[in-house]
Amino acid sequence: MTQVKMTVNGKAASGDVEGRTLLAQFLRDSQGLTGTHVGCDTSQCGACVVHVDGKAVKACTMLALEADGAEVSTIEGQANADGSLNVIQQAFQDHHGLQCGFCTPGMVMSAAALLKDNPKPTETEVRDYLEGNICRCTGYHNIVKAILAASGQDVSAIAAE
Amino acid sequence: MPKDGGIGASSKRREDIRFLTGAGNYTDDINLRGQAYVFFLRSDIAHGTINNIDTSAAEGMPGVVKVFTAADFAGVGGMPCGWQVTDKHGEVMQEPGHPILATGKVRHVGEPIAAVVAETLAQARDAAEAIDVDITELPAVIDMKDALKADAPKVHDDLKNNLCYDWGFVEENKAAVEEAFQNAAHVTTLELRNNRLVANPMEPRVAVGDFARGTGDHTLYTTSQNPHVIRLLMGAFVLGIPEHKLRVVAPDVGGGFGTKIFHYQEEAFVTFAAKACNRPVKWTSSRTEAFMSDAHGRDHVTTIQLALDADNNFTALRTDTHANMGAYLSTFAPSVPTWLHGTLMAGNYKTPLIYVNVKAVFTNTVPVDAYRGAGRPEATFQLERVIDKAAIELGVDAIELRRQNFITEFPYATPVAVEYDTGDYVATMDKLTEIADLAGFEARRKESEARGKLRGLGVNCYIEACGIAPSNLVGQLGARAGLYESATVRVNATGGLVVMTGSHSHGQGHETAFPQVIAEMIGIDESMIEIVHGDTANTPMGMGTYGSRSIAVGGSAMVRATEKIIAKAKKIASHLLEASESDIELKDGAFSVAGTDKSVAWGDVTLAAYVPHNYPLEDIEPGLEETAFYDPSNFTYPSGAYACEVEVDRDTGQVTIERFSAADDFGNIINPMIVSGQVHGGIAQGIGQALLENCAYDENGQLLSASYMDYAMPRAYDMPFFSVDHSCQTPCTHNPLGVKGCGEAGAIGSPPAVVGAVVDALRSAGKDVTHVNMPLSPSRVWAAMQ
Repeated sequence: MTQVKMTVNGKAASGDVEGRTLLAQFLRDSQGLTGTHVGCDTSQCGACVVHVDGKAVKACTMLALEADGAEVSTIEGQANADGSLNVIQQAFQDHHGLQCGFCTPGMVMSAAALLKDNPKPTETEVRDYLEGNICRCTGYHNIVKAILAASGQDVSAIAAE
Repeated sequence: MPKDGGIGASSKRREDIRFLTGAGNYTDDINLRGQAYVFFLRSDIAHGTINNIDTSAAEGMPGVVKVFTAADFAGVGGMPCGWQVTDKHGEVMQEPGHPILATGKVRHVGEPIAAVVAETLAQARDAAEAIDVDITELPAVIDMKDALKADAPKVHDDLKNNLCYDWGFVEENKAAVEEAFQNAAHVTTLELRNNRLVANPMEPRVAVGDFARGTGDHTLYTTSQNPHVIRLLMGAFVLGIPEHKLRVVAPDVGGGFGTKIFHYQEEAFVTFAAKACNRPVKWTSSRTEAFMSDAHGRDHVTTIQLALDADNNFTALRTDTHANMGAYLSTFAPSVPTWLHGTLMAGNYKTPLIYVNVKAVFTNTVPVDAYRGAGRPEATFQLERVIDKAAIELGVDAIELRRQNFITEFPYATPVAVEYDTGDYVATMDKLTEIADLAGFEARRKESEARGKLRGLGVNCYIEACGIAPSNLVGQLGARAGLYESATVRVNATGGLVVMTGSHSHGQGHETAFPQVIAEMIGIDESMIEIVHGDTANTPMGMGTYGSRSIAVGGSAMVRATEKIIAKAKKIASHLLEASESDIELKDGAFSVAGTDKSVAWGDVTLAAYVPHNYPLEDIEPGLEETAFYDPSNFTYPSGAYACEVEVDRDTGQVTIERFSAADDFGNIINPMIVSGQVHGGIAQGIGQALLENCAYDENGQLLSASYMDYAMPRAYDMPFFSVDHSCQTPCTHNPLGVKGCGEAGAIGSPPAVVGAVVDALRSAGKDVTHVNMPLSPSRVWAAMQ
């Protein structure tokens, strides 16, 4: 066991981990941050996406030890300071961008990473960016719409509801 | 003007807040004090005799609590099947035993052979690798037709052969159908495959067993669409635990699509092992495990024939289907190719004579059971595809051929034993023509061709039977369960309501939509109503959520319970208002005396029910809590028309979906936003089936598609924005809300539209193609172009 220390959602976090402990396991089991989900074992579904030092990372594909000393942010740290939903989260609710909610944390974290680099993406850019995030419920319609809306673009012309 | 609350409003989902902030409570988020972890050693061969399992080395590994094999389950029941089909000769189906851990033989890749419970999951997995299993491999049967050959290896040695049942429906019609084919002016024949799929809810299955030594109470936390069904099946048939000593909790569940209906070995295992090990035991499926242990879907091979007269009226239909059951009968598997499939073969058309033959076959593959639509997509696909082929052969417009044969008068009794209460297939086709801009298709085709692409249009209809189901009817058909739904409405003293429902939400938004109904009935704010579901300890016996049944059956139970609440509240109000009960009116959350300005607020009446100082105690009891069970008198019959436009790359065979439009008739609608979302998701799964997804086995029974590396899950870039419309509404006549259900429609209606569009595109290039089997991968489409 080795001790790791990192900053998670602005707070100091530490714990003893095995060499094989994944960042996702550390966040869920050691830190109780169960909003980061694990939906596959081949690094494809994206339900576990978190930000490590500002970059979107699949937490199931990074060892906890690799994140030693890093700044990590997870879905639990995304809401505004007063607890209200941030712009992306609010757009997902407004546009029904989630159903079962399991892929949602990864979708929100990926969307945040996209909009940071590309504040006004096109529909195609959004769809291409989400290659690493699988949703089985929504058909992506309302996810793409929510992300476009969160970027401040007018989505009223996109088909109903 | 959109409503801002109640029935018909697109109320935003309240459950989203916790899901968007990482505060959901999924089963894998539950960790109990002292919990151990189980890892299942699963068979890596499809068929074999187990000679010996040596667990001695594993038992000595670090952290190991106990290693289980089949021997530990002597005296415990096997996995039950919930539906018994009777075949065309009057014989009941062949029903093999289904052990918790493989006993004597392994019959599919992924079947659990042994289980290691250890302090950590890693230790359990490490120890499982030290188990020595000696298996003599046997020839596997994978192809259904091979499995029925006289010399085929038997999946189950104690059965006569690999035929589960040979079902004929309606047997009495068979001779008349044959005669109609003899007299037909034209017969169209189509052979097709409905590809095997894996449901793939994004949350893998999880089960946590707990046992309270002091009370003898068992608790199972599980990723289920129907916790009461699991409690009944596992308690009564597998472990012998009475329901009052067994609590099943299905908390937030991350999608189901059918595959979380069924009772699985892992649930029984953790419940059993928690007592045996005297500590909680947790199992979390990996995705690879999910591919080889979640029940699969579809996998039918069908020959369908349509007979037409000289005026192109459909005169008869007959089908011959082989349906794969896999190695064992999953919970509701036998019902899917029979009563959920044969009864839908009339579709939207007035074909007078229909005969359906289904041979259900055991193979050395993962069990197959209901997946979104369950039998109805298979029925719709073959029917709509054969109509398209008939139109090609006859040189007529496929939409006109459909319109000519539409059922137009309701109620309509089909020749396959169901009665459609309402529908308007002309209206949905008209609406589709408008929203899909079918008139503009030729211009769009020219534009595509100018860019060197082929463009095609596919249009089809669908009907489904949902709102499952009348208990007395399904009992006659072989169901070993009732299919009612329940609700308890508890009104608190200060006027808020808690609704405890047997329905289960795993993405459908019940916590938002159900309160809309009650808010409308009472005239109070939706925020005063809370929905409780998913825990057998605090909800009445219910049958759960599948078959697009929640609002039609569960919603109806909730309406009935609320009606009882309102009736009692009116009695209390009449006492408080010193007026006749018959004069009391409830509007906007207040009771008033008709024709006067006397009224009393909802909250005053609810307070009086619990503080009964001024109360008719001699007539009614204090309190305000009612339960209702609702058993539907018929199925509901949503229907619609779908259109898909594709582009096909001439050089690579790559298909892209350019437009997809859906005009559905769901009857009355509670929350249009949620309904659209359900349709979007269903369409995406249908497009996935048509273009991308395929669960593949090799000839030895190795599962080739056991991860997202190999199984092509639809991504965002595979989908367009969809155009969906549900303004055509013919309300259901036999439930109190006039609702039909919308959960499966998209998955049922979309695959034939996609295939039809690709065929149309290929034909536009002069290729004499009438059908291509799903999934329409680039290689298959390219081959069809050569």
